[in-house]
Amino acid sequence: MNATDLASARQYGRPIRGPSAVGGDLRRLLQLTRLLAVTDFRLRFFGSVLGYLWQVMHPLLLFGVLYLVFTEIVPFGGDVPFYGVALLAGIVLFVFISESTSQSVQSLVEREPIVRKIQFPRFAVPLSVVLTALFRLGLNLVVVFVFLLAAGGRVRLSWLEVPLLIALLALLAVGAASLLSALYVHFRDVKPIWDVILQLLFYGSPIFYSIDLITNETVRELLMLNPFAAILQQFRHAVIGAGHPSAFDALGGGALFLVPLALIALLAVGGFRYFDRKAPRIAEEL
Amino acid sequence: MTLRAIGGRRYRTPGMNAAEAPALVVDGVVKRFRIPGERVMTLKERALHPLRKTPWHELTAVDGVSFSVAPGEFFAVVGRNGSGKSTLLKCLAGIYAVDGGRMFVNGRVSTFIELGVGFNMELPARENVIINAAMLGLPPRDARRRLDRVLEFAELEDFADLRLKNYSSGMLVRLAFAVMIQVDADILLIDEVLAVGDASFQQKCYDEFARMRQEARTVILVTHDMGAVERFCDRALLLEQGRPEMIGQPHDVGLRYLDLNFAREDGGAEREESEADRFGDGRAEVLEAWFEDSDGKRVAALPSGRRCSFVTRARFHEAVDNPIVGFALQNAEQQTVFAASTLAASPRLGSFRPGERVTVRIAFDNVFRPDRYYATPAIAHAGTGFAWLDRRERFTEVVVTGTSRTDAIIDLPYEVALERSGAERRQTEVAG
Repeated sequence: MNATDLASARQYGRPIRGPSAVGGDLRRLLQLTRLLAVTDFRLRFFGSVLGYLWQVMHPLLLFGVLYLVFTEIVPFGGDVPFYGVALLAGIVLFVFISESTSQSVQSLVEREPIVRKIQFPRFAVPLSVVLTALFRLGLNLVVVFVFLLAAGGRVRLSWLEVPLLIALLALLAVGAASLLSALYVHFRDVKPIWDVILQLLFYGSPIFYSIDLITNETVRELLMLNPFAAILQQFRHAVIGAGHPSAFDALGGGALFLVPLALIALLAVGGFRYFDRKAPRIAEEL
Repeated sequence: MTLRAIGGRRYRTPGMNAAEAPALVVDGVVKRFRIPGERVMTLKERALHPLRKTPWHELTAVDGVSFSVAPGEFFAVVGRNGSGKSTLLKCLAGIYAVDGGRMFVNGRVSTFIELGVGFNMELPARENVIINAAMLGLPPRDARRRLDRVLEFAELEDFADLRLKNYSSGMLVRLAFAVMIQVDADILLIDEVLAVGDASFQQKCYDEFARMRQEARTVILVTHDMGAVERFCDRALLLEQGRPEMIGQPHDVGLRYLDLNFAREDGGAEREESEADRFGDGRAEVLEAWFEDSDGKRVAALPSGRRCSFVTRARFHEAVDNPIVGFALQNAEQQTVFAASTLAASPRLGSFRPGERVTVRIAFDNVFRPDRYYATPAIAHAGTGFAWLDRRERFTEVVVTGTSRTDAIIDLPYEVALERSGAERRQTEVAG
C-alpha cells in the first residue's frame, strides 16, 4: 500500500461502508423486500391442499367463533348494524397487526444466514414481514367487502378512505416491526412480552364490541387513543357507515384525534431510528 | 485483447487513470468484537439491575490491516483459524462495520461467503436461482433473464422445476456456483466456498476464476489451501492474530504460513486418537512413532529433499514370531504417497517374548512436496502383513517444508539436457 494508491482510490473508488438499514440504494431495498415477501407468502401454504384459501380461512374461522359467541350466547352485537361485517373487519385488521408484528420479532434472527453472509439493506427484513402480512390483508379485505355487499351494504364514496387507512395501519406495523426486530436481537424476552401486549390490544380495541357500548366517556376516549382502535373505528365508519361513529367523533370531536396520529408517527420514526442505529452491528450480535 | 504479463500480474504505470486505479484499497482497518462475559441478559435482569453493565471484553479480530489490490489481480488472504481473515472479508463485503481505518473499492463487489445464500429447500431451482442472484446484488429482472444461462452452466436444465430438497449435494453446489459466476461483479470476495466441492469441481472453479481475471475482474480469496494460493494467486496476505504478518509472493507467504503452523505445534505433533483409528488384536502395541532428520534428531518438520527416518517403538504383550513393522505416509488429501515395512528385510525380525520392546527405524529420501503428512505406523503378523497386531491410523504428523513449487505429489531431483540441431534458427516458443 502506498500513498498513490490511496489517493487514487479516493478519487475513483467509493468508500466501503458497513451495513445499514437502508444502504443508500432505495431500489435494492424495495426489490429485496418484495422478493423476500413474495417468497414468504408463497411458502407459507405451499404444498397444502387448500393453498391460498388458508390465507382467508384463518380469520374466517376466528370470525365464526366470535360471531357465534357474541350473537347467540352473549348477545353483544345485537343492535349494532352489520355486526357481522364490523366484527370481520376488526378481526381482519387485527390479524394483520398481530401477524406483521409478532412475526417480525424473530425475523432478523430467523434470517441470520443471509444477515451474516450478505451485504444488503437490513431494513428489508422487517419490511418484508409487513409486506407479506399486507398481501394477506388484501385477500382478506376482499372477503370483508363481499360480506358487506352480501349482507345488503351499499357501495359508498367514503370507501376511498380505505387505502389511506391501510397505509396508516401499515406505517404503524412497520414502526412496531422495526423496533421489535431490532430489540429482539438483544433481548429475547421481547417475544413473550409482545404476545401479552397483543392480547391486551385485542381486548382493548373495539373488535368484537362496538365502541358505543362503553358509556363512560373517559374510558372510551382512553381506548380510542390507541392508534389501532382509532384506525379500526374510522375504517368501519368509512366502509359500513351508519351506526359506526368516526374516530374523530368517538374521541369527542376535539383535537384529541391528533393523539393516535401522533402515536403512529412517533412509533414509525422512533422504530426506524432505533433500527437504523442498530443496523450496522446486527450481523455480529446475532 | 489486453496485454498481460506472464503470470497474470499487471504492473501499474505512474500516470494512473480510473481504469488503472486500484480495485480495492484497505487502509488501516480495525475491527473489534465485544464478547459478552455472560451471554444471557434478559430485560428482567436489566430491570432488576439497571446499573449493572453487561460484563464483556473486547477482541480485536482485525488490527491495522492495509493493502491494495490492482484490477485483474488474484489476491489471497491466508492465515490460521482465528487469524481474522474471514472477519476482514466480511468488513470488505460491508457485512461488518469497521472500528477504524478506511476502505475504498472501484467497481461492483459481490461476496461469496457461502454458496447458495438464501436457498430455500422447499422451492424449485428456478426460483432459488432468482432469489440467490438478487441476494448477491443482481436486480430480479436481470436474474430472470440469466436463468437459462445459469441452469446451462450448472448442467441442470432438466431439473429446473425440481425442489431443492430433492437435489443431491453435488447438484446444489453446481447450481450455487453457476449463480455466483453469472452475477456480474468487478470484484469478487470469496471465502472458502471452494472447499465444499470435489477436486474436479474445484478445478472448474479455478478455471472460471482464470477466465474472469482475463476480463480484468479482481478476485480476493480467503483460504487455508496454500496449494491453491501458490497455483492461482498473484499475491497473498498472511494474517496472524489479526495483524498483517506479510504481503508478498504466494510462495514466500506459503513458507511463512507453514512456519507459523509448525511453531504452534512444536513438540505436540500427535493428535487425538479415537478408538476407530486403531486396529489389531492387541498382542503388541505401538508406543510411539516419530520422524527424525538426517542428524537423527526428532523433528516435527522435515526439509524437502533430505534423508530422513520414521521411527516406530513398540512393545509385545504376548510371544510373537517374525512380526512385520511398517508405516504408510498420507498427504493432506489422504492419498497414500509412500509405504515401507520390514517385510522385505532379511534377516527377519525373529521372535519376541512378552514385555520385550523394539525400535524400528526406516530411513528414506524425503522426495515429497511441501505439505502436511500423516504417518500410520503398524505391526502385523508374519505373512501378508494385513493381520494387524496394532495399527494406529494417522498417528503422527509431519510438515514437509521446502522451496519447491510443484503440483506433483513427489519432487524427485532431475536434470535437463538439451540438444539442438539444424542450420537455421527458428523462433522457438517456450511455454510460460
